[in-house]
Amino acid sequence: MVYRGPYRVRPEEKDRPSIEHPNDAIVRVTRAAICGSDLHLYHGLMPDTRVGMTFGHEFVGVVDEVGPSVRNLKAGDRVMVPFNIFCGTCYFCARGLYSNCHNVNPNATAVGGIYGYSHTCGGYDGGQAEYVRVPLADVGPSLIPDWMDEDDAVLLTDALATGYFGAQLGDISEGDVVVVFGAGPVGLYAAASAWLMGAGRVIVIDHLDYRLEKAATFAHAETINFTEYDDIVVHMKKITDHLGADVAIDAVGAEADGNLLQHVTAAKLKLQGGSPVALNWAIDSVRKGGTISVMGAYGPMFSAIKFGDAMNKGLTLRMNQCPVKRQWPRLFEHIRNGYLKPSDIVTHRIPLEHIAEGYHIFSAKLDGCIKPLIIPNAA
Amino acid sequence: MAYTPDKPKLPETSDELRARIPGWGADLDPRDRPAVPREQFDPTFSGAHWEFPERQPELWPRERSIEHAFLTPVFGTSCPPKGLSGKIRRYSYARYSEARAAHWLLLLASDRVDAVESTLRSFVSRRPDNPVTETGVLADGPRGERRADKGHHLLDPVIVAAPWVLGAGLAYALIRRLVRQ
Ligand SMILES: [Zn+2]
Ligand SMILES: [Zn+2]
Repeated sequence: MVYRGPYRVRPEEKDRPSIEHPNDAIVRVTRAAICGSDLHLYHGLMPDTRVGMTFGHEFVGVVDEVGPSVRNLKAGDRVMVPFNIFCGTCYFCARGLYSNCHNVNPNATAVGGIYGYSHTCGGYDGGQAEYVRVPLADVGPSLIPDWMDEDDAVLLTDALATGYFGAQLGDISEGDVVVVFGAGPVGLYAAASAWLMGAGRVIVIDHLDYRLEKAATFAHAETINFTEYDDIVVHMKKITDHLGADVAIDAVGAEADGNLLQHVTAAKLKLQGGSPVALNWAIDSVRKGGTISVMGAYGPMFSAIKFGDAMNKGLTLRMNQCPVKRQWPRLFEHIRNGYLKPSDIVTHRIPLEHIAEGYHIFSAKLDGCIKPLIIPNAA
Repeated sequence: MAYTPDKPKLPETSDELRARIPGWGADLDPRDRPAVPREQFDPTFSGAHWEFPERQPELWPRERSIEHAFLTPVFGTSCPPKGLSGKIRRYSYARYSEARAAHWLLLLASDRVDAVESTLRSFVSRRPDNPVTETGVLADGPRGERRADKGHHLLDPVIVAAPWVLGAGLAYALIRRLVRQ
């Protein structure tokens, strides 16, 4: 697929990517996914999103060709590729911060390299395609374990790892009340992961009932539709003994609804780096001394965030792009034990040639869409 | 009720939760979670067999943040800057750091220019842009009730169609003017 401008994408014949660096691999994609954060690109919110770019940072496939310095992979290997591109040895990678790699994104120092995520994230074409260039192939990809379903593998490349990481950043301890803003894939996975870390209550907030139903069944969570309340923060206080939740997880990010002024200035007029409605609700509904974990994606511009309240309440705000590969060994165990079944939230399978309809269905939330997978012809 | 020192009682005990939710408490120990500690120094990690990766050849002048000391050894080559939008992008990278709003606003402006330039360019190519197929709205069909977030029904079409309506209007005005002359 290629991006043609805001709200417009189309399938297009491109040259097969080639080895541009000795440690590149070329991967034939067998499954990809559209991510909520792809919608920020699709809506034209992310600076330096160029016409002609191929999106897609969630994909798995088969190694088709390797560069001369690649040792750990060979043609024919089934691989899952974390959304982070990273070198493994810079200051940040050496400390496990793979999402913050300093050697792969010339365009910005604040963010690492991400497949198919604008030039601000390095200018790499993504995996919503038949073939994709995978740089630094000796450090990023892992072989897909034989027992693992390909659909589960593709969800591990970002969404599940990010949701799980979000719960970790919440520093949950036994019996904590955890509130998750957003019942999209990351929110659902964060809610499910919160239980693994010993949460005593998990509450999921959204405005779409079909997603909240999924939060109840998939993530065993209490659910709240914020459109049914005049003031969601007051309601949150009422159901948490007027203290507030111990931990809040923002799994919404830049295009939050719920406040028209914020939504229009950010998502429509692009005057903010993101509409921080969910984050502000998190700040106001968590208890004093509590922790907020931010998993929602925001743009590089400033956003109107209630820092005064965060300071007065002594909150801990934790956030990062997920260093995906660090989560994998543990998540493999959880999937194998049946604690997590990531593919349970997949609602759509869209052939690559119908990519425009796929983006529209996901963006406009048609047909109960939660997570669409993309199936290339060559799969 | 009163505000007291104790942590409020939960509706379910840990044992009840463990019985109800598969895997409850599997990661109970906060120190035994994969991203703890946040920074874990392990330079021997992974399959990297370099201290600094080999440098990817720079086939055209690759724009980069002025906060970087050099062009990073590995980089994407998806869409080299071109046209007026490319000039704006190059200027923004060369002049402003990531700390400056001007950097991002110029890049956003160049994105809009790029969309217009690319659409115009497509009209003289074999594959002109088609706003109907590319927006995927045909998936909507007549079944509007399939859309869950009704609030966007009003706003989104305006935002998406506005540039096309404005563009068509300008083109019409221009043609009329040329015809009259
Ligand atoms: Zn993603
Ligand atoms: Zn690195």
